[in-house]
Amino acid sequence: MNWLETARTSLAAVRSHRLRSLLTMLGILIGIAAVILTVGLGEGAQKQVSDQINALGSNLLIVSPGSSTSSTGVRGGFGSASTLTDADATALASKVSAPDIAAVAPTTSTEEELTAGSTNWTTSVVGATPSWLDVRARSVTEGRFITAHDVSSDAAVVVLGSETASELFSGRDPIGQTVTIADVPFQVVGLLNSVGSGSSATADQDDQAIVPLSTATTRVIGGNSRTSVSDIYLEASSGGTITAAYQEANSELLALHGITTATDADFTIASQQSILSTATSVDKTLTVLLAGIAAISLLVGGIGVMNIMLVSVTERVREIGLRKALGATPRAIRRQFLFEASVLGLSGGVLGVVLGIVGAIVLPHFISDPISISPAAAGAAIAVAVAIGIGFGVYPASRAARLAPIDALRSE
Amino acid sequence: MDHEPSPPVLALTDVRKTYRTGTIEVEALRGITLSIAAGEFVAVMGPSGSGKSTLMHILGCLDVPTAGDYQLAGEHVGDMDEAALAQVRNRRIGFVFQQFNLLASLTAWRNVELPLTYAGLAPAQRKERALAALDRVGLGDRVEHRPGELSGGQQQRVAVARALVTDPALILADEPTGNLDSTSSADVLGLFEELHQAGRTVVLITHEADIASTAGRVVHIRDGLLQDEPPKAAVGPAHWVAQ
Repeated sequence: MNWLETARTSLAAVRSHRLRSLLTMLGILIGIAAVILTVGLGEGAQKQVSDQINALGSNLLIVSPGSSTSSTGVRGGFGSASTLTDADATALASKVSAPDIAAVAPTTSTEEELTAGSTNWTTSVVGATPSWLDVRARSVTEGRFITAHDVSSDAAVVVLGSETASELFSGRDPIGQTVTIADVPFQVVGLLNSVGSGSSATADQDDQAIVPLSTATTRVIGGNSRTSVSDIYLEASSGGTITAAYQEANSELLALHGITTATDADFTIASQQSILSTATSVDKTLTVLLAGIAAISLLVGGIGVMNIMLVSVTERVREIGLRKALGATPRAIRRQFLFEASVLGLSGGVLGVVLGIVGAIVLPHFISDPISISPAAAGAAIAVAVAIGIGFGVYPASRAARLAPIDALRSE
Repeated sequence: MDHEPSPPVLALTDVRKTYRTGTIEVEALRGITLSIAAGEFVAVMGPSGSGKSTLMHILGCLDVPTAGDYQLAGEHVGDMDEAALAQVRNRRIGFVFQQFNLLASLTAWRNVELPLTYAGLAPAQRKERALAALDRVGLGDRVEHRPGELSGGQQQRVAVARALVTDPALILADEPTGNLDSTSSADVLGLFEELHQAGRTVVLITHEADIASTAGRVVHIRDGLLQDEPPKAAVGPAHWVAQ
């Protein structure tokens, strides 16, 4: 009996017990849909985070003030020191000592209240140099960006993110208007392009105000941190030179800061990749946990298949006996029942994927998280469903195959 | 012997079958020697518990003897494994059972086709042979009917067609009229008679003497042993053996 015949016989058997087959599939269906949705939810969250981090720029390295060790040997935490300065940024921009660094953008960042007329809005005020635009892969949709002249003259000009502009000016053209930041009137000279809203993982890229770095340190932040910067963004010359750029920046900064052991570094250099893996690791853990729970429901579905197949074997003892009398080998009988089990698994899997896709379309309307179902995940889910059908069908099938024909025929 | 020229279709030599139920051993067959030639119509008669069913199982290769030799169409089947026995059943034997044993979900011709499916024939060839076999038993106009839509006699005819379709060396009928009324019984027995006339080897297992009398030769079994064949005249026309 070839596979085609086996398929025909098995399908006929599945069809002749419609309700029972459907209920058996239901177990697998729910399991597969649950797995596909939880994995999709995790993937969606990771994709969202990685999109945001990729939106920061390309081939990006971020130097942040790191842990500091005081003279008494007490080690401060990450970000506790304000150890990065303008001078660091200037040194990193040197083509001689750091040939693989294409652009350097030192920034400061502080939360300030912005006032335009009677409207006020609190957002992050970023002090930046002209290179910020390139390094962060942004553009200006209206007006102009900060120029070198603005920086050298401590000009009171500001470039607004799209969301900040609409909050402050609600539809009116902001170019040429005045925004007061920390009691200093700034003239709006440009608008940044919109890159989509952010989430908790990164600051909202559309809600910020960019001012010249020098203006930020002298007139907005003030105090004693006039030369310190909060982060330095570096752009490697290409994707392949990120590692080289990292090493150049690292050794340059160690030398500038007079640190001899790398482990004592008072700064941290992070790549987009490392930020990404940190940001997604939490999501990953949660996804694995949820998928594990969903997998258990799949296992229960598999046990359901086994249960029904055992009932089916018992119920069809006469049929099995007759088939054996007519010349069915144990192998042919085993195949028939295995095929039936895998048909149940396959149908459950396909229907589960369909339900999962429907869920992925419908659910995001009720929860804020996106769900992304990849074809690979859907394919894998169906494969798993078939494997479960076969795996849990092996025992019932071999029981059917082992039945002695006379016992099978004798049973009434 | 009348059938000396043709080699026997089946030959049993001192066949024994012992069942073990817990610690008790039951000797169902205690040394059966029997030879049936091609084209013979033989009835195996015996009361319940005589070993009749066990003999039928061994003849049908549904079971193997504990001791002794069984040759079917020249093949020693005593020491075959399950898969090989399945092939022998498929190619050499056509079964007709008391309960018809048709698959309710399949049409008549699909039921008849079943043994050919296991033999690995191509679909077109299978259908052709199944339809021919149904025609042979007079059901050429009922091929698309399911067993539930046929009378008992017609169902048994379908079963006979299924037994014929592989062109087997032996047609083995186990109480084929046990579930039929007298008209249908006569009908089905007539069919066996016809098959015999056409040169088929038929072994009929029954406990009814008048049914056995249709056969050209009657073999009596009692307590796991064959009895001497009584002369034909001694068998009454409507003699019922107590069940």
